[in-house]
Amino acid sequence: MAYTEEELKKELETKEYEYGFYTDIESDTFPVGLNEEIVIAISKKKEEPEWMTQWRLEAFRIWESMEEPTWANVHYEKPDFQKISYYSAPKSADPNKTLDDVDPDLLEMYRKLGISVDEQKKLQNVAVDIVVDSVSVATTFKKTLAEKGIIFMPISEAIKEHPELVKKYIGSVVPQKDNFYAALNSAVFTDGSFCYIPKGVRCPMELSTYFRINQAGTGQFERTLLIADEDSYVSYLEGCTAPSRDENQLHAAVVELIALDGAEIKYSTVQNWFPGNSEGKGGVFNFVTKRAICEKNAKVSWTQVETGSAVTWKYPSCILKGDNSIGEFYSIAVTNNYQQADTGTKMIHLGKNTKSTIISKGISAGKSQNSYRGLVQINSRADGARNFSQCDSLLMGNECGAHTFPYIEAKNKTAMIEHEATTSKIGEDQIFYCNQRGIDTEKAIALIVNGFSKEVLNKLPMEFAVEAQKLLEISLEGSVG
Amino acid sequence: MAFENNVDVEHPVHDVRMAAIKNFEEKGFPSKKEEAWKYTSLNSLQKIDFSIFPKEQNALEYKDVKPYFIHEIDTYKIVFVDGIYSSYLSETTHDGVDICLMSAALTKPMYKQVIDVYFNKIASKDESLTTLNTAFSREGAYIYIPKNKMPKKPIEILHFSTGNEASLLLQPRNLIVVEENAEVQIIERHQSLTSNDTLTNAVTEIFAAKSAIVDFYKIQNDAATASLIDNTYVDQKDKSVVNVHTFSFGGKLTRNNLNFYQNGEYIDSTMNGVTILGEKQHVDHYTLVHHMQPNCESHQDYKGIYGDSSTGVFNGKIIVDKIAQKTNAFQKNNNILISDKASINSKPQLEIFADDVKCSHGCTIGQLDEDALFYLQSRGIPKKEARALLMYAFANNVLSTVRIPELKARINKLIAEKLGVNLGFDL
Repeated sequence: MAYTEEELKKELETKEYEYGFYTDIESDTFPVGLNEEIVIAISKKKEEPEWMTQWRLEAFRIWESMEEPTWANVHYEKPDFQKISYYSAPKSADPNKTLDDVDPDLLEMYRKLGISVDEQKKLQNVAVDIVVDSVSVATTFKKTLAEKGIIFMPISEAIKEHPELVKKYIGSVVPQKDNFYAALNSAVFTDGSFCYIPKGVRCPMELSTYFRINQAGTGQFERTLLIADEDSYVSYLEGCTAPSRDENQLHAAVVELIALDGAEIKYSTVQNWFPGNSEGKGGVFNFVTKRAICEKNAKVSWTQVETGSAVTWKYPSCILKGDNSIGEFYSIAVTNNYQQADTGTKMIHLGKNTKSTIISKGISAGKSQNSYRGLVQINSRADGARNFSQCDSLLMGNECGAHTFPYIEAKNKTAMIEHEATTSKIGEDQIFYCNQRGIDTEKAIALIVNGFSKEVLNKLPMEFAVEAQKLLEISLEGSVG
Repeated sequence: MAFENNVDVEHPVHDVRMAAIKNFEEKGFPSKKEEAWKYTSLNSLQKIDFSIFPKEQNALEYKDVKPYFIHEIDTYKIVFVDGIYSSYLSETTHDGVDICLMSAALTKPMYKQVIDVYFNKIASKDESLTTLNTAFSREGAYIYIPKNKMPKKPIEILHFSTGNEASLLLQPRNLIVVEENAEVQIIERHQSLTSNDTLTNAVTEIFAAKSAIVDFYKIQNDAATASLIDNTYVDQKDKSVVNVHTFSFGGKLTRNNLNFYQNGEYIDSTMNGVTILGEKQHVDHYTLVHHMQPNCESHQDYKGIYGDSSTGVFNGKIIVDKIAQKTNAFQKNNNILISDKASINSKPQLEIFADDVKCSHGCTIGQLDEDALFYLQSRGIPKKEARALLMYAFANNVLSTVRIPELKARINKLIAEKLGVNLGFDL
């Protein structure tokens, strides 16, 4: 058998990859458990300055004194925090893996979502051939952003390159002592994004696009810090419609948004972590703290489509500190099988003439439990505050549950608050109407669910709205008896 | 507090009481840390040294307390003064129906059958204040309406506290059993006639059998030193209709725990409330409707107007069990804040496990419509009266469901007094 030059080259390449890969892993995985040394080691690994190490330690000490919250309407086996390894090297591509090795169900789902083959490979950690096109696109994007003065980089780099910004804002919206998971995240976060939009700059593209090309950092403890300086605008999308089968069971992310005077931030999330199988085994615990602070005339809009995770515990909130600031929350939460979601928002009105809108759509199917939990608080100095909330739940099948826990606190006589919540199922007459016109039941349900969630889907950036719509269909597949 | 000294260990419900005191000793008074008491603090009340067992009976003249009765109509009356039954002021009956005393019902053999079936059956056995009442209550109203009966006239239950002794803790306990196809109308009122602090921790159990109809009106217009914790438990069977109206205008701290359990099909439960507060008053409405069977309905409509430094709380919980298909559960809570220092906390809560249901809750907090106010003023109605008119209109939905006209007129009058106006007409 002839040994061609090409074959040799291939072999060498593979070998090199193999070794490089394994060496890396060995040195980069920390032992399980959490103590001050681990926190210091993470900080060291990231080559962080002293103040950051101290900040992490402070968070760790607070975390130690805290207890895991139990008030949420979810039931799960508590993770053992001493059995988790808090740092491991980011996953590299496995050169020997091809798309044929990937679970065919998953590929089928990708196909339905219309995700390109390259992207599929990337998502599955399959080595990607060099696609000249996408690299050049990424580079172009980077250039455009740099021209505008926009800083967009991993947070670990930002700590080194822009310490003054990070130091000023990190923990300013979600302090270390905010809650159990926020404290944990503050102590051990390893990656995440940092974004700064300078004064008066309108970010020319959805940062999501960039994000997807640059491989989302899907760490266990993600930390995102987004600062929109005066009169700037940015639209940011995190997550992906494509399902992620991450091995990490516990995810505790913190997202802090700072909208300075007149700035506008649109933050969209599509979350589709592994929800566990149809028997409710496995699945990701998603305990996230997301909060925004709005200065004068600023506007923050949260949009989320939550379809994944076994347990979700997430309340993107707005502190409307400045006068005339606006907070918005649009959410679709879909739970199927044994999923549990306890999600909602907090709108804290501090400034005068602040406005908030909450639109929450919960869809529960299978044996899942879906809760909306929200707080609207009008403080005594918030004259002329206005809130409108609407929480609708759709129940599919008689083994699921839908719950609402809205808290409304008004301390100002000029406050105007409206809250509405409804729970219902898909009407038989609606289905019948569709059937009669030749639309089968499954399609009819997709159609109705789409209509039900339209108000929220409309708020997503265009390309994701299309994918999210398909995602809803897929998430509910097979839920109709 | 030496509880045991005054406890009758031979009493037929002694065991029930012992179990209850044990629970209370474990739990103690609820604190703000508990979700159900998040917005209401009992701290100020716990500081007061209340006496639990009144030592002497205080006599009252009818003319002194006449205004507190719905005296325009003839009623049965069960009157208590400082927790002790006043036969002089009361009008009870055993003519076809039993409208009498809890103490009698608990001890006399002829009532044993009813007591065995119903006493302390739906009242919570682990809610601390309810068990406190179970442990120490001695007196209250006992109303038993047999099958197909209806008392000739409404029943009034009145509790006066004269406060000749220092501060008084009253723990009345009512049992109301309405058998199949029977009907009853009850008006309940707590009134303090003293400037001493009083605290009433009342428990009422209502059982509505098949097709029974119960109207229960609670008038809460007590003195500024009086606090009330009112625990009401309602058990409903097939096709029964129970309406509970709560009118909260007075008192220092009022907490209404109103619990409905629907143990049958085609049940209708209504909870309505009008709350008008001023000064430093605090009212907390904590409602629960548990839909446990299919084809039932529940309606809640609570209106609140809050002035001065008053605080209001509405916590409405609806649970729909998995088998309770075709449930219709509606809840509405509308509030008006008329002062900068007033505040309202509202927490509606739906927990739904069945799919074929229609459930909704709505909550609003707002102000009087400036345009409407201007309209009325432009037609020569003074501002104060115009505001009162608008507030009347706001509360009118609830008032229109009061089925005793004289009572409705009385409540209108109370509202007018509370708002400080004289409209010169009834709505």
